[in-house]
This record gives sequence, C-alpha cells and structure tokens, in this order.
Amino acid sequence: MLIKKPADIKPSEITPESVYRNRRQFMAEAGTTALGAAVAAAVPGMALAQDGDALKARAPANLTRSAPAAWWESKFANIKPAPDSGPYFTGESLTPYEDVTRYNNFYEFGMDKGDPSSNSGQFQVDPWSVEIAGECDRPGTYNLEDILNPHALEERIYRLRCVEAWSMVIPWIGFPLGDLLKRFEPNSRARFVEFQTAVVPETMPGVRSRFAMIDWPYQEGLRIDEAMNELTFMAVGVYGNYLPPQNGAPMRLIVPWKYGFKSIKSIVRINFTEEQPRNTWNDLQANEYGFYANVNPEVHHPRWRQDTERRLPQTLFSRSRIDTTMFNGYGEQVAHLYEGMDLARYY
Amino acid sequence: MQKSIKPVVFCFCLVPFCYLFYLAGTNNLGPDPGQTLAKESGEWALRFLIATLAITPVQRFTGWRITNRYRRMIGLYSLFYASCHFLVYLLFLLGFRWSALYEEILERPYVTVGFSAFIILVVLGITSPKSMVRKLGKNWKRLHRLVYVSVVLVMVHMTWILRSDFGEALLYGTIVFALLAYRLVRYLAKR
Repeated sequence: MLIKKPADIKPSEITPESVYRNRRQFMAEAGTTALGAAVAAAVPGMALAQDGDALKARAPANLTRSAPAAWWESKFANIKPAPDSGPYFTGESLTPYEDVTRYNNFYEFGMDKGDPSSNSGQFQVDPWSVEIAGECDRPGTYNLEDILNPHALEERIYRLRCVEAWSMVIPWIGFPLGDLLKRFEPNSRARFVEFQTAVVPETMPGVRSRFAMIDWPYQEGLRIDEAMNELTFMAVGVYGNYLPPQNGAPMRLIVPWKYGFKSIKSIVRINFTEEQPRNTWNDLQANEYGFYANVNPEVHHPRWRQDTERRLPQTLFSRSRIDTTMFNGYGEQVAHLYEGMDLARYY
Repeated sequence: MQKSIKPVVFCFCLVPFCYLFYLAGTNNLGPDPGQTLAKESGEWALRFLIATLAITPVQRFTGWRITNRYRRMIGLYSLFYASCHFLVYLLFLLGFRWSALYEEILERPYVTVGFSAFIILVVLGITSPKSMVRKLGKNWKRLHRLVYVSVVLVMVHMTWILRSDFGEALLYGTIVFALLAYRLVRYLAKR
C-alpha cells in the first residue's frame, strides 16, 4: 500500500528569506495604512469604516465585549472582511452568535455543551504568552501581543464539523497559521507541529474534576504541510469581536476540513517535532479518534454514523440533517495532501 | 388518606415531562433541542427505574409501607420516559428514517443495548396490570426479575455514550450497584 509520508519540506521552502523580508516590509506599510485608517476613523466624515460595517452587520446588535487589554482594540480596528466567494467564504446561513458561544465542547470548563459559557467567566486571557519550542531557529516564550503584531487580521467564514455529527457556520477573525509558523523558522526536522491548551485549575472546573478521563493539558497536532495549508487559520476573534473564553480565547486553531477537536483552543505552546505528536482524543480512544481526523462521510465513528450532520441551530421539527461532504467541502484545497493514503486506516 | 395522595404522586412524576415540554414549546432547549431532549428523557427514565428498584430496600430499612403502593406507577413512569427517549431519538435525531433505525440497532452496540433495555421495559409494562399478574401466577415474578437485566443494560448504554468524564455514570452506577447488591445479599442469605 502506498502511504504518503509527510512532504519533505526544505527549510528554504518554509521560510523563503526574500518573501520573509518582503513580508516585513509589507507589514510595515500595512502598519502605516492602519495608522491612516485610525486617523481617518477619528475624523468625522472621513471614516473608511465600510469594511468594519460589513463585520458588524453579522454580529448581534446588542453585542458588547470589552477588550482583554487595550492593545486588542487597535488590533481589531481594521479587519478585512471575508470575500464573497472562494474557500474563505460560504453563503450558508451563519450559526447565530448566541449558539456559537453557548454550545461548546471545551472540557476544561465542564462536560455539558453549556458549561464552557457558564464556567469560563473567571478565565484570564491577559497577560498571555505562548511558548515556541522544538525544531525551529527561533524558539522562546513570546507575549501574545508580539505573536500577533505582524499579522493583519482578516475574517473567514468556515464550516465547523464536530465529530459528534453536528455542524456550524462561523465567521472567525484571525490570520493564516502558516504565516505565524514561518516566523519561527522551522528547520528540516520539523515535520509536525504540536499544540497545547492552557491548564489553569483555578479557573477551569473541568480540569479539577476527578472523573475526567482526559490527561491535561489538551494536546493536538498537524503535519507541517497541513499546518502550512492556506485554509489553516489561527483565530483570535469571532463575529467581528474578541473571542470569548469558551470559544478558545485568546487564540485558537481552526482547521476547517478536520473534525472540530483538531481545532485546539487557548493555545499556550507550539512545538515543532520530527515525530508525529500525540493528540488527546487519540490517547483516550484510539479506535474512535485518529490523528488525521479528516471529515469523511465514508469512515464512521464506531458509535455513530458520519455521513450526515445536524446543522445548528436546529428546531425540533426542522429535521435539517444534511449530508456530510468529504473534507467538509474543502477537498479542492486539501485533498492533495492525502493522495495515496488509505483514509479508512488513517482516519 | 393514602388513596388521596396517589394523584399527587402521579402529577409529581409528570413534572419533568411538563417542564421539558414547556422548554421545547418556548424554544429554550438550546441550538440542538433534539439532542437535549434525548439526553434528558433518557436520564429521567433511568432515575425512575432506580426509584422503582429503591422502593423495596427503602421500605425494608424505614418500615414505610406506603411506598409499595406506588411501585407499579413509578415503574410505568420509567417506561413512559424511556418511550419518550425512544420517540425523541427516532423522531428528532433519526428524522423517522426507519432504515437508519434498523442500521443503528444492528451496527451501534450502545443502541442495541439501549433498545434491548427498552424492549424489556415494554414487556414488563404490558404485564403489569393486576389481571396479568393473576394470569401469569408464579411466572410473573420470574419475568419481572428482568428489570435487573434492564437496569444493567441501561448502565452499559449510558457508559457507552460517554466521551470524557465518568462522574455522572459513576454516581448512577454506584446506586445501581448498591440496589443490585442488596438483592444478591438477600438472595444468598435466603439459601
């Protein structure tokens, strides 16, 4: 059987220096533009805020959230809205903000879907730092502000398919993961990327539960080519606003062609590895949850079918079970990553 | 006086149903109401099944005799909530696709187990009227010992659906274990 090995990516491919330099220059210019926008916004009649309006239109009218720290406000001042077509957009109706923020699996905050929103009020997302480790030239512990600094925020409207056979459509705010990873200059041994969620027992009741089967911290991983894919997104906001803790504040991963549990929340550590990292659900139940976890209607979870999904929100009589599509509908962007792989075996 | 409180107990047992019905009617079950209803109705079926099994030991330890009068009613309430659970699953989760039900029962062990527990409760429900008790005579008691099998199947069904925290299953499991152990001890003592 043909099994595709992780693509051998040369360091020069991951970090083309000229691109990197160009990018810095570009970011400097972008910074100037952002400054211009800020000035314009401050002057009545000059507001260029059309983009912002498009974002705001999606959020519920009464939505008010305060920034975790002052610098977040300027970070969110100029967000590029999702385009009207292409893979970063879907015309399917959005799952309302209340449902996106009150129906979550975030076991650190409790077992039930409503627990994360009820129990995460005390969770502190500022100050926040992220440890970068492993096979890269720029390891270290970085403040979140420095992590986000060079990245302009954009909006992407993605489908999210949970392994539990429900799904949502969510407008995220963030930036491509690949752009972030390249800054740390991964070397040739970096074949995988491993991520870890924060563990703060004081503010995470689920972590304190004696009956939890999860071995904290929650951990996930991607192959480096998956991580560098244009679709893979690091989100810091949702619905034009700051991420609430239950959705993975301050920074979480979005991998739209994989089951939701791959999209790890509240990230504190990114580690470049040579070996395939372990991932929490695979540790817990290896025959049910694989490392790849690509959305696949033909490979069923042992306890339930995966060929259909319940698009949320549902009403009792809507019966809106829809067909699940291969790679959650993102096959054009990602199918090539798995060419020649037996996806029933590497589920 | 004892007769007069029977309707009260009857109504009391209906409270969870009415509450869930109210939440469903006012669209307050969250974004996935079918799933919420399935979970709640299933849990209430288990609670009533546990209550049914608890009546004999409670009576034994406290000397209350009145409870025995309600055992059948509470047992039937367990069947009632189990039926709700099954209907919710069929109607709202499977969308009445009978072929899907057939596949699920055959392919998903936790559905197979839960469905078996439900069938047992249905049989016990059908044979619960006094006329049936008379008709079946000695066999009635034997048949109704299947309730122990049913509660074990329900526990397996519940544990099988767990994803990452066994706190709830442990709580129910401990109670069920104690209730079954009580029977076993008495049975062994009698021999």
